[in-house]
Amino acid sequence: MGQITLQQVTKTFGNVEVIPPLDLTIEDGEFTVFVGPSGCGKSTLLRLIAGLEDTTSGKILVDGNDATSVPPAKRGLAMVFQSYALYPHMSVRKNIAFPMRMAGVPQDEQEQRIEQAATALNLTDYLERKPGQLSGGQRQRVAIGRAIVREPEAFLFDEPLSNLDAALRVGMRLEISGLHNRLQTTMIYVTHDQVEAMTMADKIVVLRAGYVEQVGSPLELYRTPRNLFVAGFIGSPKMNFIEGTEAKKHNTATIGIRPEHIDVTNKKGVWNGKVGVAEHLGSDTFFHVHDTGLAETLTVRAPGDVSLRHGDPIGLTPRTDQIHKFNAEGLRVN
Amino acid sequence: MATTHSRIAARFMLAPAVVLLLGWMLVPLIMTLWFSFRKYLPLRGGDLGWVGFDNYVRFVSSSAFWPSVQTTLVIVGGVLIITVVLGILLALLLDQPMWGQGIVRILVIAPFFVMPTVSALVWKNIFMDPVNGLFAHLWKFFGATPIEWLSQASIQSIILIVSWQWLPFATLILLTAVQSLDGEQIEASEMDGAKPLQRFFYIILPHLARAITIVVLIQTIFLLSIFAEIFVTTGGAFGTKTLSYLIFQRVLESQNVGLGSAGGIYAIILANIVAIFLMRIVGKNLDA
Repeated sequence: MGQITLQQVTKTFGNVEVIPPLDLTIEDGEFTVFVGPSGCGKSTLLRLIAGLEDTTSGKILVDGNDATSVPPAKRGLAMVFQSYALYPHMSVRKNIAFPMRMAGVPQDEQEQRIEQAATALNLTDYLERKPGQLSGGQRQRVAIGRAIVREPEAFLFDEPLSNLDAALRVGMRLEISGLHNRLQTTMIYVTHDQVEAMTMADKIVVLRAGYVEQVGSPLELYRTPRNLFVAGFIGSPKMNFIEGTEAKKHNTATIGIRPEHIDVTNKKGVWNGKVGVAEHLGSDTFFHVHDTGLAETLTVRAPGDVSLRHGDPIGLTPRTDQIHKFNAEGLRVN
Repeated sequence: MATTHSRIAARFMLAPAVVLLLGWMLVPLIMTLWFSFRKYLPLRGGDLGWVGFDNYVRFVSSSAFWPSVQTTLVIVGGVLIITVVLGILLALLLDQPMWGQGIVRILVIAPFFVMPTVSALVWKNIFMDPVNGLFAHLWKFFGATPIEWLSQASIQSIILIVSWQWLPFATLILLTAVQSLDGEQIEASEMDGAKPLQRFFYIILPHLARAITIVVLIQTIFLLSIFAEIFVTTGGAFGTKTLSYLIFQRVLESQNVGLGSAGGIYAIILANIVAIFLMRIVGKNLDA
């Protein structure tokens, strides 16, 4: 029970329209990720759903019921904040118990739910500690625990991993995905990191300046980006865009080719150039190639360790079936 | 570069300040101790030699001693309660976004810049005068008999005056604490279903604990020695004689420096007892 529907929702701050009219449906049990560059309105959108901001116009439905003017606590949603927003003077146990205390859940049930959440999140040993004595990852788990015990219709995550270091981030990513598989509850997750979006989402909503650029599963977005923005945003390293005569050969304004869809050889290819920077990761090698006769520097991903260095000549062959074509307005044509 | 060399240099440069501070504190303290054991009547024979603990015994056995201790504690306690409670409310109010915030804040601080003597005179003559005071007019407007504030409700009047002076200080410190509260915590508690009052008691008040502690400690230090407010209003009459006022009377009105000095030592002891109690009650808020 956690379907969330936005109907013609708008939000303006003063004269600035942050969210132009927006329609979106998030199905029950879906893991939806809002992704976009900073300032694209994704956090505002989440706060509108949470009820922390009022909509300027439009409707927000939770399970088909109009929740537009329902106060945050009554919407049945739980939120995990970027700064975790733990209550520093309360122990972990009291932090997790707080929403239940406010809702008047009986004491023994509180204990039981805390116990469950603590076990699920590996917090049993830390229940009596204060948030200040915990590491970033542990604080994150307490914040999630505080959300879980409310047994909400949906979880809202506002860039929850951005304060963690890279290794911890990968771990927490798996934990949150695991949590979603166990609970099967609707989750809405805001991030600017397309890797998080690709790895966790059932459905990705790509936002730019408040507009929904594309909605779809991670692989839909990867395979058939609707426009240049989505094509450039999804995928790492970024897709190569080539304009001019090379694009004319394909009868279009711009062609796009992902770095992993270009084959590399030290002999002649379709495009021949010089290696600018070579990044050797072991599992992959990234080449930044110039002097190909194209205006753009191309980024290429070769699997495994390819022993080409700075200045070496390099031959590139794009896989023609993987070329994305975009028209002059930046929209996909094939 | 915290080398041995720079540490020695630091000590060397700190020395003048330390010596000055020690002299500033130790010289008067030692002189007070010295006089408290001597019979010293400046207008009636001057220094008349050692008397042992005579001054101490006389000061405590005076009928004015215990009432003065009580008055001191009542005034300090009353002012603390009023300034902290109203200070928190005012701080929350001033934290709300509003038009002319800067000017309002300056106005709120203003009473703190008024000299105690002046503010007490203003209160005494403009507000509390039983014939011409604003309060008297207000009472008459509603058909009531004006209260003679400084004789009928003398302690309350002094608490009112002193609270008015110290409220800005409390408000200012508490306001900075309110402003340092993480907005996401408030939003989280909102999501968790805390109503405004619950939010205040579970989130805001605990956050303010440290600031409240600081307000209480600093104010206590200054309130134990309030003098001007009493001097210009009641002159120590109508049960408003605090310990420091009693000492003033012993030294200057009775011209008995020895007796007054003994009282001064008692005042130090009282201040320390209060400090120990305060640190027991609120000191743990300063940890961590």
